[in-house]
Order: sequence, then C-alpha cells, then structure tokens
Amino acid sequence: MTEILPFLKDLISAPGLSGYEDPAANIIADKWRPLVHEISRGTLGSLQGLRRGTGKEPRPSVMIATHMDAIGLMVTGITDGFLRITRVGGVDVRVLPGTPVNVFATGAGASGTGATGAVTSAGEANVRPPLPGVVAQPSAQLLPDEARDGPVALEHLFIDTGLLPQKVSELVRVGDLVSFAQPPAELSGETLTGHSLDNRASVAALTVCLEELQTRPHVWDVWAVATSQEEVGAIGAAGSAYKLRPTIAIVVDVTFAKGPGASDWSTSPLGKGPTIVIGPNIHPALHKSMKELADKLEIPYTLEYTPSHSGTDGWATQVAAEGIPTLVIGLPLRYMHTAVELVALKDIQRTGRLLAEFIARLGPDYMDKIVWDK
Amino acid sequence: MPTIGNAQLKLLEKLCNACAVSGDEGEVRSIVMEEIKGHTDEVRVDAVGNVLVTKKGNGKSPSTSLRTSQPHLRVMLTAHMDEVGFMLVADDGEGLFRFETVGGMDVRQLPGKAVVVGREHLPGVIGARPIHLTTAEERKQKISLDALRIDIGPGTTKVKPGDWATFATRFQRSGPSVLAKALDDRLGVATLIELIKHAPPEIDLLAAFTVQEEIGLRGSRVAAYTFNPDIGIVLDSTPANDLPDWEGEENIAYNTKLGLGPAIYVADGSTISDPRLVRWLAETGTASKIPYQFRQPGGGGTDAGAIHKTRSGIPSISVSVPHRYTHSAISIARIDDWKNTLALLQAALANLTPDLLASERA
Repeated sequence: MTEILPFLKDLISAPGLSGYEDPAANIIADKWRPLVHEISRGTLGSLQGLRRGTGKEPRPSVMIATHMDAIGLMVTGITDGFLRITRVGGVDVRVLPGTPVNVFATGAGASGTGATGAVTSAGEANVRPPLPGVVAQPSAQLLPDEARDGPVALEHLFIDTGLLPQKVSELVRVGDLVSFAQPPAELSGETLTGHSLDNRASVAALTVCLEELQTRPHVWDVWAVATSQEEVGAIGAAGSAYKLRPTIAIVVDVTFAKGPGASDWSTSPLGKGPTIVIGPNIHPALHKSMKELADKLEIPYTLEYTPSHSGTDGWATQVAAEGIPTLVIGLPLRYMHTAVELVALKDIQRTGRLLAEFIARLGPDYMDKIVWDK
Repeated sequence: MPTIGNAQLKLLEKLCNACAVSGDEGEVRSIVMEEIKGHTDEVRVDAVGNVLVTKKGNGKSPSTSLRTSQPHLRVMLTAHMDEVGFMLVADDGEGLFRFETVGGMDVRQLPGKAVVVGREHLPGVIGARPIHLTTAEERKQKISLDALRIDIGPGTTKVKPGDWATFATRFQRSGPSVLAKALDDRLGVATLIELIKHAPPEIDLLAAFTVQEEIGLRGSRVAAYTFNPDIGIVLDSTPANDLPDWEGEENIAYNTKLGLGPAIYVADGSTISDPRLVRWLAETGTASKIPYQFRQPGGGGTDAGAIHKTRSGIPSISVSVPHRYTHSAISIARIDDWKNTLALLQAALANLTPDLLASERA
C-alpha cells in the first residue's frame, strides 16, 4: 500500500514551480526510466514517457497527464535585506505568514556557495542549496490601518532569510523563486501532508499505474506525461496533447476533499477513492466505461460534477488540435494550495490501479465505442 | 569564560524542538534537570512545576544579603520554560479537533501550519479552505479561530481533547541566525543553564526555570516568594519589530533590533526596572565593551512583572535576547545577540556587590 511513499516524499520535497519544473522532472524521470520505453521533454518542459503497446502499428494511444508544477512565490525586490514577493499560481495570502520557505538564490554572489556558505563540490556545480527563510508579517504599527487586524496583503509581507542585508543583496536577485519548505509528514490513517501534493500525488498515482503495467500486457501505446505550467493555465498539457496527438486523454488532478472549510457539493470524501468527473470537459463514453470498470472491480469512487471548467489540464487537452476525447479523474486532497496539503495514500494506490486496469482493457476496437448520441 | 559554541547551539536546538505549552512544561523541565545535574547545591521542582536551583557562593566575599542577613547577596535569575501553543478542546471525528490558543497568539499566523500533538508528538496540520472555494470578499477577512481545526488524520485514538499542541517547526541555522519556534524563551532557559554551569563565585545564585509565564507570569510569582531574593533578574526574549515601515517612513517603534546585543529593560507594561540595576548592566556593558541596547519602553511584560511585587517588593530587571516574529511558527534570532547576552550577564554578576543596592536609586 505504501511502496509509493518514499518516491512521493522525495518528489514533494523538491521545488519545481511553474515554468521551472526541472527539479521535479528529474526525480520523476529517474523513477519512470525503467518503466517506459522512451522518455523525452516537451518544448515547454513537460516530461513525456512512452510505453509501447502490443497492438499492430499504427497503434492508438492514451495520454495520462498529471501536472508536476507547483505553486509558490517569486522575489520582486529587496528592502533592507528583506525580500518582497509575488505569487506564482493561486495563493491565498492568508496562509502565508509564518510559512517556512526555500529561496533559490541566483544572484552573482550565489554561485559556488550555498545558504550556509558551504562550497559545493564540482559535481554539483549547478546545484546551489536554497536559503531557508520564513514569510514575515510585519508588526501592526508598520502596516496600513486595514492590515493591523485583517489579512496582510502580499505587498506588505516579506521573506526573512536570517542573513545580513549585504549578504542578501549579493545572493538574491529579482525573479528568484521561492518554494514552500514544509517537510512532508505522515499522519494517522495512512495520510500524508506536505506542500505540492497538488499535483505530485497524481504523478505518484500515474507511477503506480506504470508499475502495474509492467506485468499487464496492453495493446495501446501509453503516454505518461508529467505536465508543466498547469497552475498558470494548463500550458504544458496543451503543448504535449498537440504534439503527441493521443487517441484519448485521461487527466488526473487533485480535487477538493471534504474537510474543515470544504463541505459543499463540489467536495468529495478523503480516502474513499478517486472521483470520476462528469461535465462538458468529459467525453461521456469515456466516463461511462471508466465508471463501469470501477464498479466491476469494486474500486471505490465518487462522482464529481463540474458544470463548466474542470480546473485541470483536461480543459486544454480536450480542445488540442482537432479535439481529443478526454476524461478527468480527481484525487481528493485537503487544504489545497497551502503548505500542508493532505492526501490519503489509499486513494493514490486505487487511482493508479484503476488507470492500469483501464489501459489494459483498451482493445484495438475501443474507439468504435466512442460514438455520440448512441 | 563560557560562550556560545556548538554545544550551546545543540542545547538550544533541543530546547526549541521540545514541546512545552503553558501548563505542560514537562519536556523542557526534563532537559533542564538533565543539563544541570552535578552543577547545583540544591534543586527541586516546586508545587506549580518550577525548577528551583540553588548554587551557593564560595564564602570568600564579605558581602551580606540585605534582606536575609545571609552571608551572600542572593540573586534570583529566571527564565520561563513554557511557550505559547494550543489545547485540543473538542473531537469532531475523523481526526479533526477544535482547539484554543494558549498564550497570546495572532490567529493570522495559524492557517497552513504543521503542528505536533500530545506527548508522542503526533504530527498534524492546521489547514485552510482552498483558495478556489473562497470569494474575493471572504479573502478580505481574516480566517477566524472557529473556522480552523487541527487535523491529525483519521483512525487514531492516541489523541484526545485536553492534549496540547505546538508548531512542528524544527530548529535551523541560517548564516548568523537561528530559525526556530519557542525562542521565547528557550534562549533564556539555555542562558540560565550556562550561568548555572559557570556560576559567579561571589553570590548565591537562585535559578528559577518558571512555568506559565505566557498565561500570566504565574510560576515566577511563587518562585520569587520561595526564594525571597535580594535582586530579581529575568532572562527573556523580546520581539524585534525592526522591519521596514510600509510607507517607507522611519520605523520608530521597533521595540528592539536584531544585532544590537542584549536588550536591557527600563520599563515595560508591567515593571519599572530598578534604576540601579539598569545602570549596573549598562555600565558593565560599556566597561566590558559588550554591545547592548535598551528595549524601547512600552507595553509587553516579563516575569519581572510578578517578581518585583512579591512580598515587600524585589528590585528587578529583565534582559532579553531579541527575536523577530514572536509567538509564531518560526522566530529568528542572532547568535551574536545571544552570545553578548550571556557575556553581559557573566560580567555583571561577577562585579555585583551589595553596594549596588545601597547606592542612590537615581
């Protein structure tokens, strides 16, 4: 049940903000290399693994897309050694004060030495240890009236690295990335908390799927894609869908788990399996066959209703090129876009297994079933 | 002369990573007892949980305690063991608990933080509603405490209402600074441990590691009654609000600044420091070339607020290592400020005689 845990903990300990996914992509590529036949990077940074099927060429293909980019912050300025910041992706400013962060400093003084002044070895010439820091909320008298008791706007928050102002000016430059630094922790009931579980938890589910496929013959080609820049508009997925031109696409992304502050119709229970999404973003035939399969295999799931935008890579994938039949699978997650997101490991395993079972059942004639208004 | 080296930083790390919310100081108390073993003449845990340590002077000094006619000046030094935190107050099921804050906390510092709960330090989180489900109007309001829960994950019976919780922050070094929770007042606790290990020979050192400072200076009050000292010196950690002002104006209400050395209290919200003690510490700092600063007079308070009113009154003062981001998940302090705080106290205690209390007040 928890074999995927060490990989996922490594993966969420890496940065990989939108547009700068390499640290995550490298970890995923190492994990996927033995599981796929080919691996490549898309033009905009998506990681694309191809696992060839056993069918006659030209074979149909299914793309499983899970975004690997993470939300975070970016340096916009330095005042007296304190870093001013903006957001990368959707961040509620109210969860920031007191949050541990890593600053990936690239200023002139940053090369060769890291946060603690340690000299990096030649082999790690390009790997500079990040500067630890914290999102600082100035005390009330330093803030405008409305921020003395209410939320403090991003423009008034800083990052404090504990370093002296001169050192900060040498190390950090405008545009440097800042990731959350909350270490992963296993909670009760086989749940995991940490930052960037949106959507690395789905990357882990796709990895479980690829592992299952090692012993399950499949006719179709499988494109396992860890997409870039989802959090800023499904940019990487759109490019990969266009380039790879899969016959069908399944997008796996996290969805709102029921929990404190999240209880309405759009939420799904944690630990009770993935969601199978219904809505305009979903090809109804794909939805139907996935649902029937889950019923048959007695894999628990919840139906998720998305009346319009699914808020996932599926939105762009569906309208790539001449259009791609698309299905979205949701992985319930609490506290989305905070440094303490929370998932159930069981849900990751079940999602991975369901994907593998679906792929293994894709026959040469599957597309004949993809008909409208039957 | 002892100073702050790796061993002292290791001790501070251990103290900061320990969990000791007001009323539940056991973990820090155990570390203190272990550290001072073999360095005391007398040690006991009193009725409220304070650790009371006596280290007698060596008898070479002709000085006599003014209050008790004992042969040595009796100087009480205190540092509080407790930290702000949380108590679980209701079980909502599925691993979710309502909680209350213990000690003064800004609720805006709580959403999105990792915590540890109970004696076993079970990890948990304080989450927040996903931004996707909030409205623009809602985001203009702070998230209130009653909307927050501590989530430890489902299916365990190891946690129950009544358990305490604190931030899960682990101690970290960064250049000249340390980043940790509970620097207020583990810096004081670590300093006091060092002073016991290297006690000044001329005075009776009465060390009190106090409880419940954060909820009303309660431990120090009984410790001061018990010890009945000639002088009370409180070792605490005070906020440095030395960040830029939002309009670019000069920050004139910084309280203290990091890097300027120990903060000597002249007056805070609950105590007018004894002017003779202010003079003594400042003159010692100047003479010994140890940097120091005066904490800006104003609100706030330390255990001195209880100590100086004990019995017929006790001349008292506080000295703090400054830290930024008080009572939050991560505070930041400068190692040099701590080093200079220890140096100032050692130099001052070494030159302390009853003459000081016989001198003019001001």
